[in-house]
Amino acid sequence: MSESNIPTNQWKLWEVFTQKKSGLPHEHAGSLRAPDAEMALLNARDVYSRRNEAVSIWVVPSECMVSSTPEDVGSFFDPANDKLYRHPNFYKTPDGVKWTS
Amino acid sequence: MIATDTERELEFQAKIDRGEVIEPKDWMPERYRKQLIRMMSQHAHSEVVGMLPEGNWITRAPSLARKAILLAKVQDEGGHGLYIYSAAETLGIDRGEMIDQLHTGKAKYSSIFNYPTLNWADIGAIGWLVDGAAIVNQTALAKCSYGPYSRAMIRICKEENFHHKQGYQMLAYMMRGTKEQQEMAQDAMNRFWWPALMMFGPSDTDSPNSAELMRWKVKLHSNDDLRQRFIDRTVPQAEAIGLKIPDPKMKFNETTRHYEHGEIDWQEFKNVVSGNGPCNRERLRARVKADTDGKWVRDAAEAYAKKHMN
Amino acid sequence: MNTTTEKNSALFEYLLRLGDTSLILGHRLAEWCGHAPILEEDIALTNISLDHIGQARLLLDYAGKIEGKGRSEDALAYHRDARQFRNLLMAEQPNGDFGNTMVRQFLISVYNFHLYSALSKSADAELAAIAAKSVKEVAYHVRHSSDWLIRLGDGTTESHERVQQSINDLWIYVDDFFNGDEVDVLLMSQNIVPDLNAIRPLWNETVQLTMVKAGLQIPQVNSAMRTGSRKGNHTEYLGYILAEMQFLPRAYPDAEWL
Repeated sequence: MSESNIPTNQWKLWEVFTQKKSGLPHEHAGSLRAPDAEMALLNARDVYSRRNEAVSIWVVPSECMVSSTPEDVGSFFDPANDKLYRHPNFYKTPDGVKWTS
Repeated sequence: MIATDTERELEFQAKIDRGEVIEPKDWMPERYRKQLIRMMSQHAHSEVVGMLPEGNWITRAPSLARKAILLAKVQDEGGHGLYIYSAAETLGIDRGEMIDQLHTGKAKYSSIFNYPTLNWADIGAIGWLVDGAAIVNQTALAKCSYGPYSRAMIRICKEENFHHKQGYQMLAYMMRGTKEQQEMAQDAMNRFWWPALMMFGPSDTDSPNSAELMRWKVKLHSNDDLRQRFIDRTVPQAEAIGLKIPDPKMKFNETTRHYEHGEIDWQEFKNVVSGNGPCNRERLRARVKADTDGKWVRDAAEAYAKKHMN
Repeated sequence: MNTTTEKNSALFEYLLRLGDTSLILGHRLAEWCGHAPILEEDIALTNISLDHIGQARLLLDYAGKIEGKGRSEDALAYHRDARQFRNLLMAEQPNGDFGNTMVRQFLISVYNFHLYSALSKSADAELAAIAAKSVKEVAYHVRHSSDWLIRLGDGTTESHERVQQSINDLWIYVDDFFNGDEVDVLLMSQNIVPDLNAIRPLWNETVQLTMVKAGLQIPQVNSAMRTGSRKGNHTEYLGYILAEMQFLPRAYPDAEWL
């Protein structure tokens, strides 16, 4: 229960992910406050799909999100910079060969 | 090697100068964080308090189509408040804390919502003038340096365009209606024009935070520039439907290609901001009451969640 | 009177019952705008209100067409007096606290859900289409209001007491839901509307199920039940709603508002 010096309790924070149409990935839409998962889902629908923006919604308690930090940037992502061979346009095909993939 | 705050601050500024966007977990100067919290919470509060003057008229809308439009619009304002609170929370402040600041008068909200909505045309004027001014502001903010704020603004701008347009359409229709309808529309224009101009804030020479905010690209244009942009696009719209701008000094300058306006009453602005506008007390009282009356509901839902965890 | 005229005047009457209930309940919910317990619920309540206004527009528009006197949705909404309104008595009851609003919403939404589910199979194609569209919205209203009933019923001692009190207060308007008359009989004979006596057990079952989950009691107040909405016998609250809702079109009868 909250004390008088903090008169407003606003429930816990949830992150909302919406899928615009089936076949597309779920994308982060924003966050909201809800007391539990069911209410988070209903609120997410009302807040983040007022204009048919979603066919599917995920909600996750914000406290369960784990993210990399800016300090990780170097060690996480730089090593991929010089691995050009992971991209198909690294490879040339002989002239006259039509390549579709 | 640990960077000193000065080095970090230089690096931070360089990043902004290169046009990069700042994300929640990036290092930022404490003042940048504080200024953003101040601006964003003020912005979110404005959306939520802004539901009141318009919400007033939902039950009195003169047609069912208009009732639906107004409901959808006011609901959007609530949604926008929520988006911005969410974005502000990434800066490490809790929504409850922001709301308490509003309720105790520590945080401000846009002075425009302290004016009463006295006739139905006010709903049109709010859409056209108030949301019109807000769009000018928010379009600029959509390019600001803080990622979550900018993303929220992009979403909001898309939705606000409907608000802006429906307001203008409503007044345009009333101006083609009966004499009484035309009078209502002009009356709304007379009362909302000057407060709408004040929404951009005092002239930059009197705006204490402007220089710093512009250096950090939290603000990208001066208050006067944005106000001018709003005036230039709004005056011809008013003329097109036969509404008079309540400013005898308003005239188009052929050389600069801009409209010039009369003196804004900054004393009135200061009065409203400091709590002495026509509806400051009612607005705040309504918000505090909603929060207080709703406490047992929020507590109950929380108690239920605790009981049924897992 | 020939049979088509009889049918049409019954259908007109029936559409007013549905349309007016949506309109008046939508009005009551709109009164919450900006005053809900938390921002998320402000958005939820306006959403539900918007659904109801949308339903009212479809139903009243169709009612006007069936009547054939050129009355539009707005003519029906804004230019009838309380005695001509056909909304359920429950819909016009004041909001009270948030729990009271949720109880009212729950009881009507469950009724609407079973009624519209049946109406979506109506022999009248247009009514069936409106019902099929509405029942999806109503299913959400049922979910939202049941979720709240359960949370308030099984939340704190205070919330339990408050919401039980609201149920006791509002229960006297339940019989009015099922108090069908000759209009129902005529339309039932043509498979246009369902038998309300068949809706009642479905309603009972859904309500009972949620009440049990919420730990709430169904009150025993059968003697004091209030009915009369189908003949325009309302509670005093409706007049005030209409005074507010209709004031502009009535004060400026020559004006059009778009």
